[in-house]
Parts: sequence; structure tokens; C-alpha cells
Amino acid sequence: MATSADNSGENINGSEMIVRCLAELGVEVIFGYPGGAVLPIYDAIFKQNKIRHILVRHEQGALHAAEGYARSTGRVGVVLVTSGPGATNSVTGLADALMDSIPLVCLTGQVPTHMIGNDAFQEADTVGITRPCTKHNYLVKTVEDLPRIIHEAFYIASAGRPGPVVIDLPKDVVMAEGDYQEGTYTSETGHRSYRPRTEPDNAAVDAAMELIVNAERPIFYSGGGIINSGPAASEALTRFVRETGYPITNTLMGLGTYPASDAQFLGMLGMHGTYEANMAMAECDVMIALGARFDDRVTGRLSDFSKGSKKIQVDIDPSSVNKNVPVDISIIGDVGTVIDAMLAKLPNKSGGKSAALEDWWRQIEAWRGRDCLRFKQHGDIIKPQYALQRLYELTKERDVYFTTEVGQHQMWAAQFLKFEEPNRWMTSGGLGTMGYGFPAAMGVQVAHPESLVINVAGEASLMMNIQELSSMMQHRLPVKTIILNNEYMGMVRQWQELFHGGRYSESYMDSLPDFVKLAESFGANGIKISKPEEVDDAIRTMIETPGPFIADVLIDKTENVYPMIPGGAAHYEMKLGPDHGELEEKAEDGMVLV
Amino acid sequence: MTETIERHTISVLVDNEPGVLARVIGLFSGRGYNIESLTVAEVESGAALSRINLVTSGPRMIIEQIKAQLDRLVPVHQVSDLTEEGPHIERELALIKVVGSGEARAESLRIADIFRAHVVDSESDSFVFEMTGKPGKVNAFIRLMEPLGLTEVSRTGVVALLRGKKSI
Ligand SMILES: Cc1ncc(C[n+]2csc(CCOP(=O)(O)OP(=O)(O)O)c2C)c(N)n1
Repeated sequence: MATSADNSGENINGSEMIVRCLAELGVEVIFGYPGGAVLPIYDAIFKQNKIRHILVRHEQGALHAAEGYARSTGRVGVVLVTSGPGATNSVTGLADALMDSIPLVCLTGQVPTHMIGNDAFQEADTVGITRPCTKHNYLVKTVEDLPRIIHEAFYIASAGRPGPVVIDLPKDVVMAEGDYQEGTYTSETGHRSYRPRTEPDNAAVDAAMELIVNAERPIFYSGGGIINSGPAASEALTRFVRETGYPITNTLMGLGTYPASDAQFLGMLGMHGTYEANMAMAECDVMIALGARFDDRVTGRLSDFSKGSKKIQVDIDPSSVNKNVPVDISIIGDVGTVIDAMLAKLPNKSGGKSAALEDWWRQIEAWRGRDCLRFKQHGDIIKPQYALQRLYELTKERDVYFTTEVGQHQMWAAQFLKFEEPNRWMTSGGLGTMGYGFPAAMGVQVAHPESLVINVAGEASLMMNIQELSSMMQHRLPVKTIILNNEYMGMVRQWQELFHGGRYSESYMDSLPDFVKLAESFGANGIKISKPEEVDDAIRTMIETPGPFIADVLIDKTENVYPMIPGGAAHYEMKLGPDHGELEEKAEDGMVLV
Repeated sequence: MTETIERHTISVLVDNEPGVLARVIGLFSGRGYNIESLTVAEVESGAALSRINLVTSGPRMIIEQIKAQLDRLVPVHQVSDLTEEGPHIERELALIKVVGSGEARAESLRIADIFRAHVVDSESDSFVFEMTGKPGKVNAFIRLMEPLGLTEVSRTGVVALLRGKKSI
């Protein structure tokens, strides 16, 4: 950015500086909620028209909205909240963003510098509280530091492995006047000690290619890191996988990194992943992990995780390598750059698939033949899988984004919605935050006003941030929500059934609202259905009705998510469920594990 | 399969700014790593850099994890595993109070002499010894003082430096 001579050396206050810096950084929207400590900043927002402010109804909603915005655009999501309760209400969203590597900058108000530490009204030790749930945080001491810190925060949030950054702003600092020179800092200014490595070590790439080219039973395993690297990484991955002819599976966070309709795609892996994906992970001889971190939902029992394979892991974060699973070759760098380097070294293939690879595919097809996601829609109760299958069919030709809450519906959505490209699927993977999907969808809609944005919800989760319907009305954000309503905290009920002797302790959702009336009370619309033959019409009505919409779909209350690798079990101990004639095993030894 | 526990001395150069130490300590407590000792002080005031020396122990994989986790903290400039980088010197300073009289008192003084500990405070029935040395030497001295009226110990924790021309 060029320094503009007429703007140099202006004397403005901290709040104006913040707004100017954000504009310089290309920020278009802030999700926030006002309060005493940030009133000067709200004043500065009032006086300008470059940046739009989306008023939420609870600070947690602002954080998740910013996450949805960030995840669907690849840009940094920006949040503004007040001190004390504003900051503490933000903690869940920060922790969520840290776990899922979502770039956020969260500005928090703070009591004036001279009052810090005195238990002042609405004082909280925000940097102390948020230290373990941010990538980095700042307490700004003087107005002179503000522009540098804001630019640094954006750099840190988005560089390397992305994550949330908090900037705590004492009220006296944002009111103080200081010298502001536009263009002093740019996104290239970076940080004096934080410089993550993006270019891979060539020798490691060579060693990896040696393994990859000679693999007999290979599998690619790609995760959210590909999405953070950018759409080009997904394109490179797709080319790489197609050229090798190898199978690929995605993590929950990695859905959309490879086109789901492609025959080489085995579906999601992990606790509720497909049989073929998990078996292929268990039996492979070379595993290529790209931007994925061997999470415990993916590996199952560590001591039995893919024992016979050589493992290659590519990640931008060195601490993600050799954390849970020791790997044979690790490559630190931007995963997109690494895949490009690998592609460049891929020998031109002459004569089709090797015999070993053909055998491997035959084996995989046999696993696939088990049809692990099979379900029967019969009778007049709606199966959740059926509702999602129809939702997919009726939206697949559209420009559509999906978010989810957390629970069974989330897993079914991951199994039955198919993503052809990245940034279309927003879900709380690492933290598993109920209440994420509704505000996240709002953030996605802000970023993509013309697109169809659908939140797949459970009724319990939706109750956690339902207040954001009011924000959606205010800002004309036509988010669609489909509730797979089983009147249970379904995932809790499933575990109680399987591991706690069917003692359904506090997992029944008593006194649920009438969601249609609830929607109407906000000025939105809704529909409630309970019959399979009503599903298509309800989905069409939801899509076609202008404005926010809630489709309350009453589903089979006792349906469980299958396949399932029980917590702490190995991949080969996967349960396929009753539709496959497998007994639902009810043992209490899974109890201690989560 | 039991993993061998390794003891490593790690030096970390960090920005001398508020919260850095909390970040490092929070990392260890939050992730359940061991800290045997930790020292910190500013070492380059011009560049506003502090050096943290820490001694930790754990299986190989955890030690590598600790270093990677430290390295990704934003204000961390450099993480050096002295145990891996080669011969290095480790020193610790301890103040040791021994209360007693008669033969025990005389014996404590004799041992202090052998260990090159200095008497930095003396009253008719107490000594405060100051000694520097490797942690093992300090431990040995303390053990010997126990039966002779040891009442209090204050130790700095390990500071360390590579031998020779090389620096971290
Ligand atoms: C904030 C929060 N609290 C508790 C949990 C634990 N939990 C995981 S799934 C679940 C039940 C979700 O129920 P619902 O939203 O109705 O979805 P379903 O499983 O029925 O599809 C609960 C309570 C959580 N993930 N997040």
C-alpha cells in the first residue's frame, strides 16, 4: 500500500485509528455487540461507512458468525465486543476457532489502564482468560502501538496455521489521540519473531515421492489444512489424486477438499466415517496425510492405528507432526505448495494402474460393497438420513453453503451431503460446539448474500443460539435452518444407549418450543413436518420462501449414527449397525472414553 | 513397551514482554508436561530479549512436542535443545540454611568446604551457605546437610550455555 502524502501524520483518536486500520486491511464487516468500554469505538464506526457492523444478540454468536464468514471466504473474521461479560461470552467462540484453525481478530474492550487490576466494573482479565484459547493476544498499552498491533494481529491470525487473535483495548487507549500515518504498516510487515515456514524441505518431498510412487496400497487422507491453504490447494490435491489413481478420504474438516462425487473418494473417515475409508486406513501400506492432524476421532485406539503403514504427513504446524501418531516422513510447509512440489515430481505414468493398485482397488470395492451408509426409509416416520439425502438432491445444483450444529445430525450431514469444492461446509469439528451452526450460517450469509445458506440443526443445539434469528431479521439474512428433531440430545442418547445401559439421564428435551411459532414471533417463517412424503415439499418451501426459515422435521427418535467406531476402539472394530444385521452391542466399557 | 524418559535442557529466546512467561508456563500446565526447573531473565536489553532456561523430562515424542509447541508461541524467537546440540554447562545457585550447634555444626562447615560452598550468613547456631554447581552437586550437598540441621533451601533452577565458540 502506498503512503498517501495528504494523510500522513494525522492526529486522531485510538478508536478512529482502529477503524482506519481495519479499512486499510480490507475489512468489510465486523460482527459485534456494544458496551461501556467500547463506546468510543462504536462512535468511530457510526461516523464512517466503509465497514459494515452486524449487530448480534449474544457475543458467542458474533464469534461463530465471524468463523462462518472466515471459513467460507478464506478471509479473517472480525469481532468487536465489550469488556468483562462481552469478553467472557466470546471465549467459546475463540476456543472453537483455535481448535479448527479459523483466522479471527477479536477486539475486546477493557477498563481504563489505571483501573486494571482493581476489580473495576466490567473488568475481566481478558488476556489471562483467553491466553490458552487464542493463537496470540495483546493488551494495548498506548495509542502509538495500536496500528502496529492491529496489522500484526491480522498477520498472525492468517499466517501459518490460522487462529484467533484477541486485542484487548483499554478505554483510555482508544480515546487517546495519537499520530496516525496511513500505509506505515502493510500485511507484509509481518512480525519480528513469528515467521512460519511455508516452503518445504526438498529432500523430504523427494523421500515422500519415493514412497508414494512405489506404494501398493496407498491412501490419501486430507483435512482442514487444505482448506486453509486456499482453493488452489484443493485443485492441486484433486489433480494429484487423479494422476496417481489412488483412493482418498477426508476428515470432517476436510470435506470439500476433494470432489465427493468422484469415484476415488471413499467418504469421510473416523468415528462415524465410512467402512471403506476406515478399512483402507487400517490396511494401507502408505498413508499420505495432507493438512490433517491425526485427531482421536480419526485414529480410534492409537496402539492399533494403521500399524503396517508408512506414514507421510504434510502440515504447516510442526507441533501437529508426531503428536499422536509417529510418522515416517514429515514435511513442514504450506500444504498447497507441497502438493505442487509433489506434482512436479510425479513421473509421467505410462501403462495404467499397477497390478498391486488394481488389487487394492478390488479390496476397497469389496469394502464399499458393504454399503455402510445404507438405511431403510419405510413406514411413515422420517429417517434423518432420508431427509438429508433429499436435502442434498434438492440443493446440489444450487450455489449452496451448509453449516451444522453438533450431534447426530452433524454426522449424518457429513455422511449424506456431498461437497464438490472447499469452503462450502462449516462445522465445529475440534471443539464440537453446540450452537455453532446457526450464527455461523449468519456469517456465511453476510459473506455470500446471494447464495443459499442452510444450517442443519438438532433441536437441542439450535436452542443454544436461537437469539440470532433476531440478528438475521435485522440484517435481512435469509438463513435456512432444517432441524432434524428427535426431541433428544440424540448423540448423548446414543451413547447412553450403547455404553450406559440405556439410562437416559437428562438427555430428553422436554418443553421444546413450537419452532414454527418461534420463527414467526421473530417475523420469520417456518414449517413443521412429520411424514416422509412431506419432506421434498418442505425443503422446496424452505428454499423458496424469502427471509430466514426454520423447517422443523420430526424424525425417528431412536435412530443411531452408524457406522461407529466406539471411543477407544480400533478401526477394524467398527460397528455397521442394525440395518447390516449387526447386533447393537451394549457394553459399559466404553464409558470412560469420550 | 516402556518408553525411556529423557531429561532435556532447553533454552528459549523470547520477546521480553508481559505475558510471555505465563504463555510458557500455561503451555506446560495446560498440556501436562513436566517442568523440573525454569529460569528467566532479560539477556539482551537492547533487543528486549529474555532467555528462558528450562529442564523438562519425558519420552522422546513428548520432548519433540514440547519444543514444537514452544516454537509456535508468537513471541518465541528461538528454541534450542542444549541436550541435543552438544556439550553444555549447567549451573544452579542455591542458598541453604543449616541450624544446629556442636559437632553437627562443625561437620556442616567441613562439608561446605569440600563442596566449595560459601558461608554468606553466620550466627551462633545457624549458617546460610551459598553454592553454585550442577544440579547433581547441589542435590548431593543438600542430602549431606539433611542430618546436620538443614531447615531451608532456596534454589534458582538451571541456567545453561553451550560450551566452546558456538552459541544458540
Ligand atoms: C455446548 C455443548 N454442550 C454439550 C455438548 C455435548 N453434546 C454433544 S452432542 C449433544 C446433543 C445434541 O443434541 P441435538 O442438538 O438435538 O442433536 P442430535 O444429536 O439430536 O442430532 C450434546 C449435549 C456439546 N457438544 N456442546
